[in-house]
Amino acid sequence: MLLTRRAEFSASHFCRIPSLSEVENREIFGEEANLNGHGHNYIVEVTVEGEPDPVTGIVMDLKEMKRILDREIVEPMDHRFLNLEIPPFQDVIPTTANLAREIWRRLQPFFSASPAMLSRVRLYETADLYVDIVGEDGA
Amino acid sequence: MISLTRRYQFSASHRLHSSALSQSENSRVYGKCNNPFGHGHDYILEITVGGPVSPETGLIISVPALDSFVERHVLRLVAHRNLNLDVPPFAHLVPTTENLALVITSFIRRHWPDSFGDSEAYPYRVRLDETDRNRFEIFLPVSGANFALNTYTETALSHV
Repeated sequence: MLLTRRAEFSASHFCRIPSLSEVENREIFGEEANLNGHGHNYIVEVTVEGEPDPVTGIVMDLKEMKRILDREIVEPMDHRFLNLEIPPFQDVIPTTANLAREIWRRLQPFFSASPAMLSRVRLYETADLYVDIVGEDGA
Repeated sequence: MISLTRRYQFSASHRLHSSALSQSENSRVYGKCNNPFGHGHDYILEITVGGPVSPETGLIISVPALDSFVERHVLRLVAHRNLNLDVPPFAHLVPTTENLALVITSFIRRHWPDSFGDSEAYPYRVRLDETDRNRFEIFLPVSGANFALNTYTETALSHV
């Protein structure tokens, strides 16, 4: 059975390759390349897989899942400038794909065994753009 | 697997009517969608792209490049059009949302190698919502740039 919990955080970022020119950066990243940064209301959907406990009828305690998401993702990232404040994004471009992978890496240790295994991370940068990571390796 | 999904919107009109069916059969099969004057929808199109994340750019695909590709090869052809009259494949194909999804998939597949053939990004899924209550999805079972649709879909598209 799959169980999905949603969390939201707002953060600023920009996407640039320092060795490339302004024109090249614009071509690759569009307006995301603006050097002073801009923000998004990120929505992350975390899906875990497990079976309901025969006694309690739950896969895992949703309050505990919320605590993990808050502690590992929302509290560190909410109202932050990803490039400047959140490792590894001093050195890694905080594209939607890289941010989704970082979220997967941060959550995976907490959902790596019974009762619930991490199954999918979906990160919405906007309503029109999201990245999915599905499977076991975090892509 | 990692994938990126981009959502687009376009408005178009259509009329569902099959010349292979009688008028009473058309009315029965298509209901209100058989209205002779047609009607329109605000379609939502989602394109999902798979592929490795480039170590240099952190991207599966450049979003501005994907946007201009979809604009050029899909949206420009269908947005604010009468599908039956303005979009050539529907001269002989009923513009159901199933068929529209297939036609859009064929447009994407046909032009993908020219735009993204030198990258490892590949189109993985096409999803088309006709309304909030009707949704159609086509998965392209793909590996690298060499991808094939299933037999049913290939057969349908051979008439496009």
